[in-house]
Amino acid sequence: MINLKVNGKDYTVDADPSTPILWVLRDALELTGTKFGCGMAQCGACTVHLNGDAIRSCITPVARAAGQEIKTIESLSEDAIGKRLQKAWIEEDVPQCGYCQSGQLMAAAVLLKEKPNPTDNDIDLGMSGNICRCGTYQRVRKAIHRAAAMK
Amino acid sequence: MKSTTVKRLFSLNKIIYVVLVLGFVTAVAAPFKSSNKIIQPISANKKIIDPIVDKEKAQADKIREKESAEAFKEAYKVLMHPRCMNCHPSGDAPLQGDDSHIHAQNVTRGKDGKGVYAMKCSNCHQKENTPGLNMPPGDPDWHLPPANMKMVFQGKTPAQLAAQFKDPKQTGKTLQQMLKHVEEDHLVINSGWNPGAGRTTPPLSHAEFAAKFREWIEKGAAIPK
Repeated sequence: MINLKVNGKDYTVDADPSTPILWVLRDALELTGTKFGCGMAQCGACTVHLNGDAIRSCITPVARAAGQEIKTIESLSEDAIGKRLQKAWIEEDVPQCGYCQSGQLMAAAVLLKEKPNPTDNDIDLGMSGNICRCGTYQRVRKAIHRAAAMK
Repeated sequence: MKSTTVKRLFSLNKIIYVVLVLGFVTAVAAPFKSSNKIIQPISANKKIIDPIVDKEKAQADKIREKESAEAFKEAYKVLMHPRCMNCHPSGDAPLQGDDSHIHAQNVTRGKDGKGVYAMKCSNCHQKENTPGLNMPPGDPDWHLPPANMKMVFQGKTPAQLAAQFKDPKQTGKTLQQMLKHVEEDHLVINSGWNPGAGRTTPPLSHAEFAAKFREWIEKGAAIPK
């Protein structure tokens, strides 16, 4: 049994310690906002926050999160940065198919937390690990600038 | 009267004897006295022997220097192997693969060498290798050298790399500390010799590599020509 704190709630999960966090979230906790993309930390679709860092949940063993704090897309709008990002995403109409977007948002939240007024270069450096097959990159960029300007 | 003369003569003889004895003692003692000086001539002789010793010493030094440089050249093969060099790039992005292409996602070093924003090394690199072909290799402290001490290997000749290693301004470490990194740092050992499925390892074992690096330093850290 592994004790987890996910989106502020405590859970005890019966899972092998090597199980990727993604499958615990989706299958055991039914938090399906986090997506499976490549399964090898290459695309960013599965990005969640572990103690505030944008980890790739598809390859991170749940053992690493024992007693730690996980935040997923389901709780993003609970803090100020998340709220602004959500608003900016809607205003810029960022998603197309949407599959990568929860990962994009979770990555953007870490970027804004660590760099409240990011330059285009900061956005490139912070967001290049999140791939979008629809090519929404320009709108992602605009939405991040918009969210940063909302304060 | 006669007897007094004889007596006087006798005493004169006595004096002569005394003088003779003194002379003899002095003569015998003289070499001993100068034997003190003999010690000095030995050290003085050293000046005569020295050139030979110096020549031998110079020859030994030359051999040591050559061996040191040779040891570095062996270690260099490991240092420039992709498993080592990929995290000592000339740019700010780590490299990947045996062709040392820029790391997917254009990951960058950041100030502390541990990445930036949503692109930190440990977001993907776990404490241990993730099982499976070409999955992210792991270590508890996966990182590049920090921005203020980049420790670039990429593109350097053996002479340039050795000179860099000897310059604490470029390494932030003494040679002994560098040796410790090479011999004991689990990141060196894990990323180099336990790199995960689908990755080649350097041409020497870690023990052989560490021994060559140690030999290079202990024999004077010569800069290879």
